[in-house]
Amino acid sequence: MGKTFAEKIFAIKSGKEDISVGEIVSISPDVLLCSAATFAIAIEQFRELGVKKVWDPDRIVVILDHFIPAPTMQVANNHKLIREFVKEQGIKNFYDIREGVCHQVMVEKCHALPGMLILGKDSHTTSYGAIGAFSSGIGTTETAVVLATGRLWLRLPESVKIVVNGKLPKGIFAKDVALKIIHDLTSDGCTYKAVEFYGETIGKMSISERFTLANMSVEMGAKASFTACDDVTKAYLQAHGCPRYKPVFPDQGASYERVYEFDVSSLEPMVSCPHQVDNVKSVTEVVGLEVNQAFLGSCTNGRVDDLEIAARILEGKKVHPNVRLLVVPASRGVYLEALERGHIRTFLEADAVVANPGCSACFGANGVLADGERCISSSNRNFMGRMGNAKSEVFLASPATVAASAIKGKIADPRNFL
Amino acid sequence: MIEGRVIKLGDSINTDIIYPGRFLPITDPEEMAKHAFQGISDDFPAKLEKNCFIVAGANFGCGSSREQAVTCLRYAGVAGVIAKGFSRIFFRNAINQGFPVITCANAVNKISDGEIITVDFAGGKITTVNEEFTFPSLPPFIMGIIESGGLINYTKIALKKHGEKRIG
Repeated sequence: MGKTFAEKIFAIKSGKEDISVGEIVSISPDVLLCSAATFAIAIEQFRELGVKKVWDPDRIVVILDHFIPAPTMQVANNHKLIREFVKEQGIKNFYDIREGVCHQVMVEKCHALPGMLILGKDSHTTSYGAIGAFSSGIGTTETAVVLATGRLWLRLPESVKIVVNGKLPKGIFAKDVALKIIHDLTSDGCTYKAVEFYGETIGKMSISERFTLANMSVEMGAKASFTACDDVTKAYLQAHGCPRYKPVFPDQGASYERVYEFDVSSLEPMVSCPHQVDNVKSVTEVVGLEVNQAFLGSCTNGRVDDLEIAARILEGKKVHPNVRLLVVPASRGVYLEALERGHIRTFLEADAVVANPGCSACFGANGVLADGERCISSSNRNFMGRMGNAKSEVFLASPATVAASAIKGKIADPRNFL
Repeated sequence: MIEGRVIKLGDSINTDIIYPGRFLPITDPEEMAKHAFQGISDDFPAKLEKNCFIVAGANFGCGSSREQAVTCLRYAGVAGVIAKGFSRIFFRNAINQGFPVITCANAVNKISDGEIITVDFAGGKITTVNEEFTFPSLPPFIMGIIESGGLINYTKIALKKHGEKRIG
């Protein structure tokens, strides 16, 4: 019988040929991502284990991205502790506050490659499915144990296959596809499952667009996601100067717990409404709701193509006087390219605020909302209080919808701006 | 066996509700405990008493990988969470801290807020005044982690015993 991607990866990485779904095995990841100031807690736990040296400094990547630059004394002290640890342990792959959101940096800097198994101290670690890696989020205790032993217990998950076909209409983007899928499958529809994406729509998507899907897959509970490494992937990795890699593919005839098919040829712009990601509606149902803030950024939709479509919409226009538009490129690399292409100038001339790459308003590190305020955001979560205030509302949408809404001062249909 | 009062909550109790993002820089667990469920309201943390049980619906702990969502509950005195379902990372974080997480939809449907219940985690039993609910035990490997008091202790023991950097 054929094997799914998860089954293939687990067999390769554990050295056990036949693992049954649900079985727990001990696995050594190719890479461990340690992100955010909470890594300080993992360092304390690592010390508690009594191990002097980390398992393999070259397979550990440390990125400071959540609260940057340090807004408080506590964060500053956490950052200091992390910098000292990195030096002490000889971890060369360390990205200080200048580099951007960890997931974007992981892919841009070739730390995530096809066929790898990657564990990361952040739930959106599922993102590297976009380039054909098996990647999953873990907690701080697990991070400490991997740091010390290079191993972790993992349960071989069931796999769900999602096939997306159809040409995306004008004004419809990967984010809309992701929101449509989450709407149909619900927030816990894929809990502890590995999700594999297929279909002509996925095949035509750029790595950035696939990234959006892989990133959002955790919003339906997925453990990992997968898109097959193809010519698009190879071209991306080559352009970024990545080293050699060995892609892993599922077998034909692999067995999936469920299979879903989507036709996106008549999809509308989608908006996820408060306070749950699967509370998704068509933009036409929420058009006209006033917004106070618009956030364009995050590991979900803060890349060059996201900024580009927003810049196209904002070109020669002004952000509505009642709206604060925050633009936060996902990484320094994205920032530089957007700068070269003139998008940053477009944003500034449109009266947007452009901030340093990082997680920013996505989880309320800054850009906190006031009581009763509403934000339209290109990020991934709209839980109550997500942007720092339980008395505010967050609506999730594509960068185009965010830009159109920023101009209108109300949730707007981007198709009228393209 | 632990006896305690029930605090009943709904579906999709996410990590921002359990432990709001603004408290993430805190590293002291006792300090974290003061903010448990502050995402619901500022006075909610005071409602948590020693040995209370959280009883909730589907997808408990969805969202972020922040393990503080488990740590804050433990240090606030919560004896365990009984839910219709758990998100993957929260579930793992709980096990890795030796914190009881029980999937039992039947019990969730019938247990009310404020009720006193007795939970036998190892024996797979929840007892109320009128009823008894059973739940399947977790795989032996996972029970081993919980019985060791969490993954840190489990790993310490494994490192001592085998003298090698290998777990599981």
